[in-house]
Amino acid sequence: MDVGEPIDPDIDLRVPVQRRELAAHHGRVLAAIALGGGLGALARYGLAQLWPTRPGGFPWATFVTNVAGCLLIGVLMVLVTEVWAVHPLVRPLLGVGFLGGFTTFSTYAVETRGLLTPGTVGLAFGYVAGTLVAALLATPAGAHATRALVRGRATT
Amino acid sequence: MTAVLVFLGAAVGAPLRYLTDRLVQSRHDSLFPWGTLTVNLAGCLVLGALTGAAVSDPVLAVAGTGFCGALTTYSTFSYETFRLAERRSYFYAATNVVVSVVAGLGAALLAYTVAAGLVG
Repeated sequence: MDVGEPIDPDIDLRVPVQRRELAAHHGRVLAAIALGGGLGALARYGLAQLWPTRPGGFPWATFVTNVAGCLLIGVLMVLVTEVWAVHPLVRPLLGVGFLGGFTTFSTYAVETRGLLTPGTVGLAFGYVAGTLVAALLATPAGAHATRALVRGRATT
Repeated sequence: MTAVLVFLGAAVGAPLRYLTDRLVQSRHDSLFPWGTLTVNLAGCLVLGALTGAAVSDPVLAVAGTGFCGALTTYSTFSYETFRLAERRSYFYAATNVVVSVVAGLGAALLAYTVAAGLVG
């Protein structure tokens, strides 16, 4: 099994540097994740306050949050695994913490459950599938665009 | 005040996701993202139960929006699926998508129903 790029952006124990990071940096890794997670959740909460979902309506705030977070993880992981030799706390702070705290799977599931009423079943399906498709397209889009930009800059 | 509760809940949820992921991976050397699936399903169960029990707004802010929101993640789920597909592990990628969504929704539905039944 190759040990180059991680599958799991939060923590991948096959990557030696990541396997060692908790022991090497003790509380600093967990503190960076807690800080990033807190700030990411605040950003998600703020967007939800500005853009409330009416009962039986499409949860646009969570949709946009999750899709934007999925785009940004694609950008971030290419930058930290392929482009820059970054500080060891960057991935814990921004990837595990901020983007992990910003995006949410639990709210996605619970909002879908709330839409499972006779009048809004179609909306529930649209929300489940729409988020999934948009998120799964956003991550490769972020990663490929970042690779293309980096390659473009490297050759000019 | 609510914002402080959201921050505090998330400051616990996000490190717990990282530690759970480490623990699961250290016992389960598999390409399949069991760690992320574990935290996502656990968060769906807890948030489903909180909404089913119709807890107060401050409790929902700290335990729901903060803790469950940061314990679970869409970005990690999506990136893992992308990486599995990039490595041509298409079966794992597709299984990850189907199991995460179906089991996550099932967990939220089950916990909501049980909690609403117990409280109501």
